[in-house]
Amino acid sequence: MEGVQLNLISKEKLEKMSSMEKLRMILDEVKSGTIVVLESGLTPEEEAKLIELTMLEIDHENFVGIEVETYPQKSSGFLSRLFGKREGRLTVIGPANKLKTLVKRDDLIKALVRP
Amino acid sequence: MKIGIYGPPNAGKTTLANRILRDWVGDVMGSVSEIPHETRRARLREGVTIEVDGKSVTIDIVDTPGLATKIDFHDFLKYGLSEEEAKRRAKEATEGVIEAIKWLDDLDGVILVMDATEDPFTQVNITIVGNIEARNLPLIIVANKIDLPNASPARIKAAFPQHTVVPISALKGLNIDTLYRCIAEKFG
Repeated sequence: MEGVQLNLISKEKLEKMSSMEKLRMILDEVKSGTIVVLESGLTPEEEAKLIELTMLEIDHENFVGIEVETYPQKSSGFLSRLFGKREGRLTVIGPANKLKTLVKRDDLIKALVRP
Repeated sequence: MKIGIYGPPNAGKTTLANRILRDWVGDVMGSVSEIPHETRRARLREGVTIEVDGKSVTIDIVDTPGLATKIDFHDFLKYGLSEEEAKRRAKEATEGVIEAIKWLDDLDGVILVMDATEDPFTQVNITIVGNIEARNLPLIIVANKIDLPNASPARIKAAFPQHTVVPISALKGLNIDTLYRCIAEKFG
C-alpha cells in the first residue's frame, strides 16, 4: 500500500531519550520519508540543534531539509521560571518535500502532506 | 555588548545593519539582494556608538546569515542562477545557518528582524525567540518593511506580545529613530 508513514512518539518515550538520541531518531526517520509526531515536542535548544544537524545532512539532491510544525512556547509559569525547565509542545516534523505548512497561528496549524 | 541581528532569509537583516552603520559610522555592512541567502557568512562590526536623547550605547553588531529549516538549490534557479551557482549558494547557505546558530552562544542581545508582510508564526521565528528566552538575552523584534502596503506589524505584536516590537522600514529609514531609542534603552 502506498502512502506516507506517520510515527507518533509518546511523551514517555521522549522523556527516556537524551537530546542527541531524539534528534538522531527524528532525522533518520525524516530522511527516510517518515513524518514524525512528538507528543511533547522539543526544547528551544533542541530545535536549534535539529536545524544545525539538518543543515549538515542536506545533500541538495534527495534531502533538502525539514518542515517543522509546532506552537510557540506558552508563557513560562512559576515552576519553569524557578527551575529553568521549558517543555516543548506537540510537534510534527517531516521532510520539506513532503510536508508543507498552509496556515500557522498560535492556536491552529494547517499542513499538507504530499504522498 | 555584542548584538546579533537574526531572522529568516530576506527579512532585511543586512539592510538594517547597513542602515545602522550608515547612520552612526558612515559605512555599510554588506551587499543585499532579492535572492535569498545573500549573506552566507556572519559579519562583525565592532564599536558602533548610538546616541539618543543623551543616552549612549556602544555595541558590536553581528549580521548573521538567514536561518532556515530547508534549503533547496532549485529555489535559486528562478532568479537566473546557473545550476552550479545555485548549488554552491545552497551549500554556503547551509554553512551560514550553522554559523548563525553557533553565534547565539556569544551574544549579549538580539535584534530579530521579521518581514511584516509575512506570517510571523514560522518555525524559524519560534525557534529564535525560544532560544533567546531560554538564554535570558534582551530582545528587540523589528517588524520590517512597513513601507509595503500589505505590511502588518500588528500581526507580529499579537504573535509575540511578551516582547518589544518596533515597526520600521530599514530600506526607507521609517521610524528608525524609535528603534535607536529602543536599542539605547534595551542594550544600554
